[in-house]
Amino acid sequence: MACSATAQIIQPLSINSARSVDNSDACAKILNPSSFLVSTPRINKKLFSVNKSISPFARRSATVFAVSSDVVKEKKLKSNSSLSNLLITKEEGLELYEDMYLGRAFEDMCAQMYYRGKMFGFVHLYNGQEAVSTGFIKLLKKEDCVVSTYRDHVHSLSKGVPAREVMGELFGKTTGCCRGQGGSMHMFSKEHNVLGGFAFIGEGIPVATGAAFTSKYKREVLKEDCDEVTLAFFGDGTCNNGQFFECLNMAALWKLPIVFVVENNLWAIGMSHLRATSDPQIWKKGPAFGMPGVHVDGMDVLKVREVAKEAIGRARRGEGPTLVECETYRFRGHSLADPDELRDPAEKAHYATRDPITALKKYMAENKLAAEAELKVIEKKIDELVEDAVEFADKSPVPARSQLLENVFADPRGFGIGPDGKYRCEDPKFTQGTAHV
Amino acid sequence: MLQAIGVASPSVSFSDHYNKFSVSSIRSFPVIRSDSRLISVSGSVHGSFKPKKVIAKATATQTESSASAASKPGHELLLFEALREGLEEEMDRDPRVCVFGEDVGHYGGSYKVTKGLAEKYGDLRVLDTPIAENSFTGMGVGAAMTGLRPVIEGMNMGFLLLAFNQISDNCGMLHYTSGGQFTIPTVIRGPGGVGRQLGAEHSQRLESYFQSIPGIQLVACSTVYNAKGLMKAAIRSENPVVLFEHVLLYNLKERIPDEEYVLSLEEAEMVRPGEHITILTYSRMRYHVMQAAKTLVNKGYDPEVIDIRSLKPFDLYTIGNSVKKTHRVLIVEECMRTGGIGASLTAAINENFHDYLDAPIVCLSSQDVPTPYAGTLEEWTVVQPAQIVAAVEQLCLIHISSYTHSLAFPTMTSSSNWRRKLFDLSMKYSVQTRLLVLNFYVKKRKNLGCLRVSEAENLGSSWKVGHYEKFLDRVDVGRDRRISDESWLEVECY
Repeated sequence: MACSATAQIIQPLSINSARSVDNSDACAKILNPSSFLVSTPRINKKLFSVNKSISPFARRSATVFAVSSDVVKEKKLKSNSSLSNLLITKEEGLELYEDMYLGRAFEDMCAQMYYRGKMFGFVHLYNGQEAVSTGFIKLLKKEDCVVSTYRDHVHSLSKGVPAREVMGELFGKTTGCCRGQGGSMHMFSKEHNVLGGFAFIGEGIPVATGAAFTSKYKREVLKEDCDEVTLAFFGDGTCNNGQFFECLNMAALWKLPIVFVVENNLWAIGMSHLRATSDPQIWKKGPAFGMPGVHVDGMDVLKVREVAKEAIGRARRGEGPTLVECETYRFRGHSLADPDELRDPAEKAHYATRDPITALKKYMAENKLAAEAELKVIEKKIDELVEDAVEFADKSPVPARSQLLENVFADPRGFGIGPDGKYRCEDPKFTQGTAHV
Repeated sequence: MLQAIGVASPSVSFSDHYNKFSVSSIRSFPVIRSDSRLISVSGSVHGSFKPKKVIAKATATQTESSASAASKPGHELLLFEALREGLEEEMDRDPRVCVFGEDVGHYGGSYKVTKGLAEKYGDLRVLDTPIAENSFTGMGVGAAMTGLRPVIEGMNMGFLLLAFNQISDNCGMLHYTSGGQFTIPTVIRGPGGVGRQLGAEHSQRLESYFQSIPGIQLVACSTVYNAKGLMKAAIRSENPVVLFEHVLLYNLKERIPDEEYVLSLEEAEMVRPGEHITILTYSRMRYHVMQAAKTLVNKGYDPEVIDIRSLKPFDLYTIGNSVKKTHRVLIVEECMRTGGIGASLTAAINENFHDYLDAPIVCLSSQDVPTPYAGTLEEWTVVQPAQIVAAVEQLCLIHISSYTHSLAFPTMTSSSNWRRKLFDLSMKYSVQTRLLVLNFYVKKRKNLGCLRVSEAENLGSSWKVGHYEKFLDRVDVGRDRRISDESWLEVECY
């Protein structure tokens, strides 16, 4: 393709600025439900302009044309005043706002707690990316599964895991969702079907594929009424990993009910996506495996929600997987240990103007969906919730030594038979955590 | 190389006894059995001895189960068919059991373990995957977390190196990191081991690579009977289990019971009970050991052969009982020398049963060499029966060195009360012999706390209390120092 051949070093700035009408037409075609299966990307050839400058921090005349769902924007422009043509109702709007604000407040509180020495290790915060989590997960049922990466606090919260349990887990207390044994990067919840929380990137994608396989198995072999969908969230760095491609292949091959959501925040720690990837347009990798690939503006929760509805609907109907690339940005560093010196401040400033929470607030105000006061009430409620979560986690007990050996095996006979002939798990010291195993 | 168990030369005070006493006059080597039966043997001094009595039964019985198997005729089949039978029975029993692997469906499995299953259960239950080990193993984990019970086949165990990420991080650890919320009841199975000139990469033994992973169990099957039993047990287990099969054992034929049976994943199998030495082995080396056992029995040794079966965790009860009985351990494995199952087992036995050992544990493993293609070279990388025989022979000797000669005595076995060791040194043996042996034990058993000396009844007074006074100086004499009329020399250890 001509565009990818000419793409060199590109600074992902000013996405909104140079969008042409042809582009949006092409996008509209791609977004049309009936054409999901035939997503030949007909993109304006000027998708990437050549930037002769070698320095990755050059800001001159570099633009990226994103294939985004401008359908949404168009729709909005047409019917500004009529409430019935809006994308969301008031209740939905408040729900979305609450969820995004919870994510933001929680992550900010995590940062505070980390610097106060209440939690340790690697903590990866989700500030700025809330639209993706809220946009997708709020459309799911309780039985649907979510698989995430190490940046999983907000995915868990959106899915319904109580903030108390997540905070407890971060503090390493026994009241955490994983009894303090997982930590920031391993949030699991059987009740809410959050399948993790994985520290190695790409590790969760096969697990998500397996969960989707179970859904198909239940339907076709066990003949149960099952239309559960799995969402796999991962980043741009993961899209260069073998497991990603292997799973795209298998999911498309067996038409598994899964949606692969790429949270392309353009940076994998300090590695710019454009320096790591031969063809930076990740959504294009979907059609290569026979599934639709969609690119969406991940800073706008409404756009994400529209795309998510379609993708999740496809999966539920049994039409197979979808690859959704959400262009988003993380306001903080990769983790709380990352000084975040490599990223251009202008880039950060640009994305700060596209904060999803303020965008939704503005949308709701413009369309008279909610008054400022109502939103303030929600914010206050959330602030209190997060404070309560911290207090709860603080007061919770640390795990006792007896917890050490408990969950290593589902069947503790797996520790074997000791020299005295009894299973080691029958040794009284086992329950105290001091047995020799 | 085996180490000779050296004993320092007798002290000067004994040398006069000793010098009167030439090498050639030593004709007999007592083989003392723990049940006090004596097999008196004769032979030359340098190592070999020929027993008068030959132990009749050289090899173990085939069926491991009790006599019930003998009453029912059962049916005969090959090992891969037994695996299939086990898998099929479990798939019938539980509709959530499914199989993932390359060529398991239409092709029937590269070693025909899943032949016919896809026709019976459908393509989704016996899933032919693309060649993506890491991903389909991960898929198995995800399916297990959400309710299924997948059996993941690696076409060759070596291919599972590509799935190491998923096996280590997800299979092994997810139950723990999720705080016990999710179980991963997967079975990962496949053929491994050195085959017939398959080349280095297809001849890998992955049991050593996997053994450190917390949260998984490793089992190795070796006979038709235990293959089916272990397959069923692994599928029924809630833990992730890695079942190691061996390429060369797939065509073993045996008669197994008709009725359903499930074996324990954590227990070892007693192949041949014995008295002199414990030989621990698993998988294909079991057959090399049994072949060596035939030779050994003809030579008068009585090895106890245990197939450990459970590679992680070790069945320390069966192994421990055996060590307490025989006091000598030989480990024969196909794993590499460095960091293999034998290395771990050596450490575990040393840690737990050190006091019962009369000799250092010897571990015969494969050479630390990528398995060559050439048949002759391949043979030399793996342990052969002749090496096993030589190792047993060496282990069963004690070398006692003196100023001028080294004398070899067969092993002294003792009753297994761990606080008391009784040595039957009856009057048949010369004083010098008894003293030398006792000397050895005093030196070796530094915790020899008390020496009780007794005289023989009706056998004259060759035993003199004075002979033992030198010993009494050396040991910490306890309150039990007395002389009685019994014919036993009791040495008590405190």
